[in-house]
Amino acid sequence: MSDTDNTSVLRARGLRKEYGKEAGLVRAVDGVDLDVAPGQTLAVMGPSGCGKSTLLHLLGGLDRSTGGEIWLAGHRVDQMSERALARLRRDAVGFVFQAFHLMDELTAAENVELPALLAGRSPRAARRRALGLLERTGLVDRAGFLPSALSGGQRQRVAVARALANDPLIVLADEPTGNLDSAATLEVLRLFDSLHKAGQTLVIVTHDSRIAATADRLISMRDGAFVDETRVTGGTTGRLADLAGLEG
Amino acid sequence: MGKILLVSRLAARDLRHRPAQAVLVLLVIAAAATTLTLGLALHGVTSQPYQRTRAATAGPDVVVSAFGQNGGSAASLMALARAPGVTGHSGPYPLASPVLRAHGHAVAVQAEGRDPAPAPIDQPKLTQGSWVRPGEVVVERSFADVLGIRAGDRVTLNGRPFRVAGIAVTAALPSYPMESPGQIWLPRADARSLAPSPQSHATSGQPQPPDFLLNLRLADPAAARAFANAHETPGLAMMAWQDTRDQDATLVTNSQQDLLIGSWLLGLLAAASVAVLVGGRMAEQTRRVGLLKAVGGTPGLVAAVLLAENLFLAMIAAAAGLAAGRLAAPLLTSPGAGLVGTPGAPSLTVPAIALVAAAALTVAMIATLVPAIRAARTSTIRALAGAARPPRRRAGLIAASARLPVPLLLGLRLAARRPRRAVLSAASIAITVTTIVAVLAFRQYAHNAQQGYGLSGLPNPQTTRDSQVLLVITVALVVLAAINAIFITWATVLDARRPSALARALGATPQQVTTGLSATQLLPALPGAIAGIPLAVGLDAAVSSGQALPVPPAWQLLAVVLGTLFVVAGLTAIPARIGARRPVAEILQSETA
Repeated sequence: MSDTDNTSVLRARGLRKEYGKEAGLVRAVDGVDLDVAPGQTLAVMGPSGCGKSTLLHLLGGLDRSTGGEIWLAGHRVDQMSERALARLRRDAVGFVFQAFHLMDELTAAENVELPALLAGRSPRAARRRALGLLERTGLVDRAGFLPSALSGGQRQRVAVARALANDPLIVLADEPTGNLDSAATLEVLRLFDSLHKAGQTLVIVTHDSRIAATADRLISMRDGAFVDETRVTGGTTGRLADLAGLEG
Repeated sequence: MGKILLVSRLAARDLRHRPAQAVLVLLVIAAAATTLTLGLALHGVTSQPYQRTRAATAGPDVVVSAFGQNGGSAASLMALARAPGVTGHSGPYPLASPVLRAHGHAVAVQAEGRDPAPAPIDQPKLTQGSWVRPGEVVVERSFADVLGIRAGDRVTLNGRPFRVAGIAVTAALPSYPMESPGQIWLPRADARSLAPSPQSHATSGQPQPPDFLLNLRLADPAAARAFANAHETPGLAMMAWQDTRDQDATLVTNSQQDLLIGSWLLGLLAAASVAVLVGGRMAEQTRRVGLLKAVGGTPGLVAAVLLAENLFLAMIAAAAGLAAGRLAAPLLTSPGAGLVGTPGAPSLTVPAIALVAAAALTVAMIATLVPAIRAARTSTIRALAGAARPPRRRAGLIAASARLPVPLLLGLRLAARRPRRAVLSAASIAITVTTIVAVLAFRQYAHNAQQGYGLSGLPNPQTTRDSQVLLVITVALVVLAAINAIFITWATVLDARRPSALARALGATPQQVTTGLSATQLLPALPGAIAGIPLAVGLDAAVSSGQALPVPPAWQLLAVVLGTLFVVAGLTAIPARIGARRPVAEILQSETA
């Protein structure tokens, strides 16, 4: 990590993403600086269209920035080729999407094992890992079910299990509870809580204050820029459901 | 009435909205319709010119050849001339079999001795120059064409120089190459001086009795075949005028058969192309279908709009195909130089027009019916959401693909999502390879036939014509198959946008995704290409009335399969690369929207 802070898994400096030109110029991400330490859970909040999802896509190498630097696991991401980015995503990043983005024709286990297969693991090792992750997410009894046979919360838990398939350094979650009802949101919150406890680094983009309350740090975003940061850690873990106000 | 107007208006608007796709549908159906028109136009193309030639040359009803070696003689011919039912004759004329040398070629010919005065029966009609005189010969036109001989040229017969007095056609004998060796006429004295040929001396060791030819006119020309059968003996060979006519017709029947088979193959490919195009359009039109249903459109209306669009295009394509076929037909319908007159632009009969129109409509109907029914059945809510048709799940293939390298894993799973498209792709490749292998088999046959043909390896006009026809069909099929491959890949790329983007988000490289998309096309192309070989052999066995075409050498078959796969990979690489270039986030967001 030559130029980066040794304690950061993920670091961004002066990150920008612009669309259009001149009068039609839109700054989706406007000069963002960010450091995420290992094991930390960071929540980014803001209204719809403030650039949260774009920021997450830039951080995970799913989209190209217009300017600035991104460092992930000691590698300068913004200058990487598509091929190198793909490898980095495969080995170091797990994604969780609002719309789940599961393959409709694959069962829960087949969806979870897919990243491991793409990484070149043997089918047996990939399946073993997938079943382990499904057990961890409480879905091992649904391993052979197609996504269409699962509830929203179960689908998102499958998506989280898939994000963990290659034991990533960081999990990037884009509105993970955005499509879920209260009960399903609770399932996912519990899962993120367990990941947090296990020391998984998480960046969660959300406009749901309940999920934001589970984070160590909360960053507010408006018009593409960070406008506020709050450190909320020190007791959220273990009181998640109470804080979220979803139980009892 | 209002409903028809609505369907027409919606269909017209949609066609105007997607002109490129409309043009492509039109082109692929028109190509099949043109070939079918050509095939139908060749029907009976030689019968009229033969009758004209027969009338112009006072053609005989039966031609009798007496072979001295087998006991035939001028006397036996004259006895036949007095047989019941015979009303006239010309000859007997002496025959010889000298070797003709001209323009660097040496060819065995049948030389018929004639009088300077016109014969009452079978007086060949001159198309160039004048009739025979001492030291001069007249050459049959189709044979002269192959040799490049014109009136005034110099030739030798068994080494003796002769001048070509003229070029003529006859209805007494099938034209070259049906009548091999070629036919020439020369004065009786010259024919006698050339017979028996040096070859017959060499084989028998003894001078051979001369051969003669007699032309007969019968009281009942229709009974010529019965007369010939009744009087044929080992020394006398008979040929009825109907047999001559039929042999002349074989000059174009092969071409006609090739064109008809080619048109059906093109029709199948066109159906595959249209099915892929319509299917791809349906994927883009899901929201439109939802809107139509949401505002009160019945499933029947949705299906009717889609059918109306493609049936309208098919009607235009049929008209274009009929016009193009009629214009192109004279290029293929020349009856051959052995007959006088040309059939002109073939007049298309009402049944032929109806057949072409029906074929075009059937192609469009077959290709559109499944997507139309599917569109009609799509739930309104699902269609309004623009949701793609749920992919098929093939558990066995998914499990098997887990053991494969990433590109093959992606390719196999993408192919398994849309089995109908994979089948269309395989069928398209199989049809193309079938044609290519059939062409190779024909070339092998033509090469073999050429080697045993005459003394000089002259080009055989029949095989030349067949080669040209096959080349036209093959080019059309290959172009259509290439268009199909691109359509199918593009449809696959569009359909695979989300899974491809997801695979990239999960760590697959753009190269792996691109190769995977190419593999999606190559996986069905491989069995298609292999299946094309037995299909070609089967097709040949099914349509060849006589000797089956030889199977091309193994290296050629291997080259066809590998070449096909190489071309498919090349054709699919470009759309696959374009598809893999779009940013992952953009695709995932748009698919969610």
